[in-house]
Amino acid sequence: MTRYAMTIDLRRCVGCQTCTAACKNANATPPGVQWRRVLDLETGEFPDVRRSFVPVACMHCDEPPCEEVCPTKATTKRPDGLVAIDYDTCIGCANCVMACPYEARSIVHEAKFAYGDKPIKSEEVRFDPSRISVSMKCTFCIDRIDLAAKTGQVPGRDPDVTPACVNSCISGAMAFGDLDDPNSKVSRLIAENKTFRMHEELGTGPGVYYIWDKG
Amino acid sequence: MKTPKIRAGERVAPRQQHNWDWRAASNFIAGGAGGGLLAFAAFASLWGTDVRALLVAGMALIGAGLTCVWFEIGKPWRALNVYRHATTSWMTREAAVAPFVFGCGVLALLTGQLLFVLLTGVFGACFVYAQARILAADKGIPAWRHPRCLPLVAATGFAEGASLLAVAAPFVIPQVAGQIAVAVCALVLLLVRVLLWRNYLRGLRTDGAPIGSLRALSAIDGQFLKYGNLLPAALLLVGVLGAPLAGAALVLAGLAAVAGGWWVKYTLVRRAAFTQGFALPHLPVRGRGTSGAGVKPGWGGV
Repeated sequence: MTRYAMTIDLRRCVGCQTCTAACKNANATPPGVQWRRVLDLETGEFPDVRRSFVPVACMHCDEPPCEEVCPTKATTKRPDGLVAIDYDTCIGCANCVMACPYEARSIVHEAKFAYGDKPIKSEEVRFDPSRISVSMKCTFCIDRIDLAAKTGQVPGRDPDVTPACVNSCISGAMAFGDLDDPNSKVSRLIAENKTFRMHEELGTGPGVYYIWDKG
Repeated sequence: MKTPKIRAGERVAPRQQHNWDWRAASNFIAGGAGGGLLAFAAFASLWGTDVRALLVAGMALIGAGLTCVWFEIGKPWRALNVYRHATTSWMTREAAVAPFVFGCGVLALLTGQLLFVLLTGVFGACFVYAQARILAADKGIPAWRHPRCLPLVAATGFAEGASLLAVAAPFVIPQVAGQIAVAVCALVLLLVRVLLWRNYLRGLRTDGAPIGSLRALSAIDGQFLKYGNLLPAALLLVGVLGAPLAGAALVLAGLAAVAGGWWVKYTLVRRAAFTQGFALPHLPVRGRGTSGAGVKPGWGGV
């Protein structure tokens, strides 16, 4: 079996938002919608002050609450661990938006472009009308993952079949791969370091592991 | 000792949801009251009450709620896709109950058969329960997924149903004993509702919830108790004691109790619906080589 997952080393993340920009570029998300973004947290009081950066997106959960509540089966959990949305089936009821504890989903009801009502050339080419008025979120760059089955490349190792955010990360904080492969980079990172998953107490089984200390 | 402070950047702490507006809230408001009314109309029909007007009102309320939702969803012409996921989705189940409500209701109106009236009531009750489960399943909104929210939402639907029956009682139940029975029933349900409400608030404060949710719910607590429960309870007592103007007291009591329930549901679905936000159980080890204590911005409680 395959279970794709992501690790994010919070010790390495510098909050540069390159992953945010790479995601917008790869997925052509409209203004105001960020499938991936980096949270910025300042904690403590002088002189004991800390700043943490936390990249967040869809966690591609083991037990996705969005899939459970979806009345249309537009949201599905694939055998490889990816949570996908069928835009042609979704009715835009937003029940999944309410169910997601990670604020990963958004619905945009009208076409929006970076510079006014009309798309610039690059937006025009990549505009996807099927995404209007339906739920959308990070797909772990699902097209790239599916390409791997055709080319024989390995997601997480070969850039062509690895999520754009992981490819773009300047500090090497993000890694992607198959959790069921003990030799994959994510499996090794999880085995060698201390990790947590966001809101693990909710029982969703997130597929993103945050590294916070060495093991 | 220094107090640790958190300065959270944009969209770290819980924020009010904006995807479900007044139209979604209307479905819970009108649908819950309508389902509750159908359940109590069926109950009243066991004593020979002519409940046709109540059935029409209950179905109209449910229909109005569903219509509001239809205008809210992004792709209304695909609305029938809602029936595809009965195995786990309570939204599918709510939608699946609706045709049975309307089918049995219409048959009850056309034939006058008690069986159809009772079935309409049962399906109305199922509708109320399904709505409560929709909110409970939404893990992204802590105020909804709290285990004490489900009984509160269900109870307020039934309390509103009994209260609407109290409003109608002077017109459809000529016997004083019948009106008193309705008043007692509504009184008991108001008591249950208020107990569940306080229990819910206490649970949220004890277990922790987004500060915005606690503020929004606490803001209505006093007035909900006074005008949504105590006032109608006092008026219902007037009805129970058979005092002069008991009929008018029943009508006013019912309207106040229904308004209180609707206010609670609107607050719950709109103003108190804050997202989970983000939390770090451990701050990453960087710089000085030690980890910091976990943080959960925007949450409060005792």
